[in-house]
Amino acid sequence: MVTEIEREIDRSHMEVSDEIAIQITGMNKWYGAFHVLKDINITVNRGERIVVCGPSGSGKSTLIRCINRLEVHQEGTIIVDGTELSSDLKNIDKIRSEVGMVFQHFNLFPHLSVLENCTLAPIWVRGIPKKEAEETAMRYLEKVKIPEQALKFPGQLSGGQQQRVAIARSLCMEPRIMLFDEPTSALDPEMISEVLDTMIELAEEGMTMIVVTHEMGFARKVANRVIFMDDGQIVEENVPEEFFGNPQSERTKLFLSQILGHQ
Amino acid sequence: MTEQSYVRTEMLGEKPPPSSQVGPVKWVMENLFSSIPNAVMTLVSVWAVYFLLSGILPWTFQSSWNSTSLHGCRAYIVEKYGEGTEGACWSVINERWKQLLFGFYPKELYWRPVVTLILMFVAISPVLFASVPRKVMLFSVIYPFLAFWLLWGGSIWLPIVAFSGFGVAYLAIVFGPALIGSLGATIVAGVLPIVYWLFLAGPIIAGLNSVAPIGIEGIDSDQMGGFMISMIIGISGIALSLPIGILLALGRQSPLFIVKTICVTFIEFIRGVPLITLLFVASVLLNYFLPPGTNFDLILRVIIMVTFFAAAYMAEVIRGGLAALPKGQFEAADALGLDYWKATRLIIMPQALKVSIPNIVSNFIGLFKDTTLVSIIGLLDPMGLSRAIVADQNWNGIVWEIYAFIALLFWIFTFSMSRYSMYLERKLATGH
Ligand SMILES: Nc1ncnc2c1ncn2[C@@H]1O[C@H](COP(=O)(O)OP(=O)(O)O)[C@@H](O)[C@H]1O
Ligand SMILES: [Mg+2]
Repeated sequence: MVTEIEREIDRSHMEVSDEIAIQITGMNKWYGAFHVLKDINITVNRGERIVVCGPSGSGKSTLIRCINRLEVHQEGTIIVDGTELSSDLKNIDKIRSEVGMVFQHFNLFPHLSVLENCTLAPIWVRGIPKKEAEETAMRYLEKVKIPEQALKFPGQLSGGQQQRVAIARSLCMEPRIMLFDEPTSALDPEMISEVLDTMIELAEEGMTMIVVTHEMGFARKVANRVIFMDDGQIVEENVPEEFFGNPQSERTKLFLSQILGHQ
Repeated sequence: MTEQSYVRTEMLGEKPPPSSQVGPVKWVMENLFSSIPNAVMTLVSVWAVYFLLSGILPWTFQSSWNSTSLHGCRAYIVEKYGEGTEGACWSVINERWKQLLFGFYPKELYWRPVVTLILMFVAISPVLFASVPRKVMLFSVIYPFLAFWLLWGGSIWLPIVAFSGFGVAYLAIVFGPALIGSLGATIVAGVLPIVYWLFLAGPIIAGLNSVAPIGIEGIDSDQMGGFMISMIIGISGIALSLPIGILLALGRQSPLFIVKTICVTFIEFIRGVPLITLLFVASVLLNYFLPPGTNFDLILRVIIMVTFFAAAYMAEVIRGGLAALPKGQFEAADALGLDYWKATRLIIMPQALKVSIPNIVSNFIGLFKDTTLVSIIGLLDPMGLSRAIVADQNWNGIVWEIYAFIALLFWIFTFSMSRYSMYLERKLATGH
């Protein structure tokens, strides 16, 4: 799971600010009696790019889904953009419209054209006039390099194209934070790099990103920090050079050796 | 490069298929005579079709159109086509078709149901076809009241005042939130029109009538009958059962315990009871539950029952459509910040309805045909009238002709619905 990233990364806009974008403190979550997330503490500054990895079932998806409250946590606090997540519906809708999410299986709306997928939320959530929303959508579709597919339906596109539409759809809400849950795991190998490229461009523009992925090439080149999770806990957290060059925990070493193959 | 290596320098173009792959001969061979059992089936079917048609066609066409009684028909057919010929006596249809269509509606007012029907096509056109201008929707909204007035006649103020009840609700929705909060406004918008209709509408109508008595000749419900009554009940039921069914299906999945319990109870109760029982309730019992003095029209009561019945089924059909949607659709809608009602209206329902189209239309067709049951509680729909016609001395003994005519009327309608649903499915296909 190492897709080589050949291009040079332009780091001129990738500085990290002191402002805190996401702060998770002492967070615990249970599914019934099953303790799925255990005492999670994470601080993400604006402009940071965090990669989360770990074996399947370790709670990575659950963790990032708690950040936009697709899942509800039971203990601890999550503060996003200065707003604490609580059961207050107003807060939730506000945070959701500022946090973009890209799913493993794209989750595009199959009954709407690509363009309509991108304009729906700006029109209905933000109340932006249709024409303006369409212009913004076209701008982002150009950014992900598929403006010519705007009038097609998702079912007529390849997996890689669909995932890029999904990214454009999130960007149309002009979010300040983007969450990615294994965005390339459902793709055929030859389509992975087109999606990674799009994500790198986003990083180069200074977007705050939390990316659950096993693409270690991406993690090495783009992430500020890599978080390794196992069994619902954060096992190791470090800058990429240290994380890959000098992993501390046995579990991390085992995971890396499995995922990078025998080198 | 070795001797064995080969590199194609030019890619091959497409060639037309050989003649055995195209044309009518191929179709016949493939579809009718592809194997011995298939060939035998083909021959047996051809014989069966021939056998049926050789009986039905002469009966249909060696017929009498202008006699005045069954007796007259038989005499005419024997005289014209020879001793022993049996033919259809279409004269009965010729004489009674207006009655089968309109019941005992006054002849000089037939134009009113006809205009109502034509306007109905205008009213449903924006729902059926996306190319119709959206402004026509405004007409669709007032159409039910206009249709009621055209069919039943009477004072123009009744439909107008009834319609204004929705205006009252609208005002509550628009100005309420600022005064009493949005939850309060929603409740008031639900309650206020009912209060208005029950207590205020009567005096207002009376007042308006005394000032400006505008109206057309009123028709009693017992003058209505024939296919017209099937259409009134069927189309009202169809138009009302879909939205109610959608709400019931959503309510059934609601996390709110009370809402969920009410919906489940309603669906399971109504589905568990035969329609005919509900119709008897409508005709006999319902009046006991209504405030004394209210004279609730029988046709209206039947429409309510038929709607409930169809809505319960509709709710289950739509629940099936909802269950077929991947969880990711709900999550993507949530993640974009759409609230429950917007997500439901824009993302969830369009898809759930689309996969349910064949079942929804089946339900509509079933509902439409079930309207013939109202003959049992004494409404003179075509089936009810047919009994009266058969009891007529002149036509005593006639069976097939009347039923064939009624069947044709229903078939034209149900078949159009079926074709429309296929058109809609094709139009909504977005490729997967
Ligand atoms: N809705 C749910 N109900 C109960 N258990 C769940 C649910 N979703 C996930 N789990 C369990 O929680 C654990 C973590 O899941 P997940 O966050 O999807 O892991 P990952 O994304 O790291 O593979 C798994 O053991 C999974 O079976
Ligand atoms: Mg996962």
